[in-house]
Amino acid sequence: MSLPAFLLLASALFSVGLYGALSQQSIVMIMMGLELMVNAVIVGAAAFWFHTSPDRGDGQVIVLLAVTAMAIEMAVGFAVTTAIFRSRDVDMTDMATDLKG
Amino acid sequence: MWRDVLFWVCAVLAVATGVAVFRVDSMARATFALLASFIFAAGTVLLLDLPYLGVLVILMMIMEMVVMAVFMIMYMMNPAGLMPMTMVHNQKGSLAIAVGTFVLLASGVLLTPWPTSSAPRPEDPTMQLGEALMGSKMLVMIVLGLALFATMVCTVVLATHRGRYDRYGDRLERERPRDPIRGGLGR
Repeated sequence: MSLPAFLLLASALFSVGLYGALSQQSIVMIMMGLELMVNAVIVGAAAFWFHTSPDRGDGQVIVLLAVTAMAIEMAVGFAVTTAIFRSRDVDMTDMATDLKG
Repeated sequence: MWRDVLFWVCAVLAVATGVAVFRVDSMARATFALLASFIFAAGTVLLLDLPYLGVLVILMMIMEMVVMAVFMIMYMMNPAGLMPMTMVHNQKGSLAIAVGTFVLLASGVLLTPWPTSSAPRPEDPTMQLGEALMGSKMLVMIVLGLALFATMVCTVVLATHRGRYDRYGDRLERERPRDPIRGGLGR
């Protein structure tokens, strides 16, 4: 249960989430990928707290921040999905390319 | 010793269920695979003497994934997984980027001489978190509260079909609301 083991787990979760966020077409599946990436941040921050600075609360505060970011991401993501689905019947990213540069 | 075994079991299962999210045929199954991944990852957090944060993540994720399952079934094709489903674009490129990222991160993890700490562990990590949030990290808590409030406002604005500004005008100046269908009390 060393720090590198935890960081390897976090790297694996982050990479899986990155694959999902890049490859999926459905907006909700992309949000799942993003959540996996934030989950990696939670594991990494908790491990850093435990192994490098257990005497300070900073690592725990980062975990709380990541949990909140996850909740906000999902709420706003679903609101945006609802808005774009209602106005244009779009539920895939390939159909919403307005901002494509 | 048993902690090590438990950690590796949780870690392998967290990654495996995370991969399953993008491999299974139905959106509902994907949601619950993601839930399993979160719970196993929270299990590793519990092993780090962080009972409050671990349980918080588990409880929050159960609620979040149940809400997500509802949205899945509302919006997505093939919620029950009765036929094979793949909705991907640029799969090979994404896979290459993801594997490359993992190799980069893993080599960094294994090659870096990580610091260790001999500082005393707090008796009650939850107390430590509470004191940090109510003391030196109060600003974080304030910003999080504001961000959550802003989220509530903007999700309601985004998700509302027709609000009072659509009905009564931008300055709420109309006597009678502009509705697509006449009717209602007194109209």
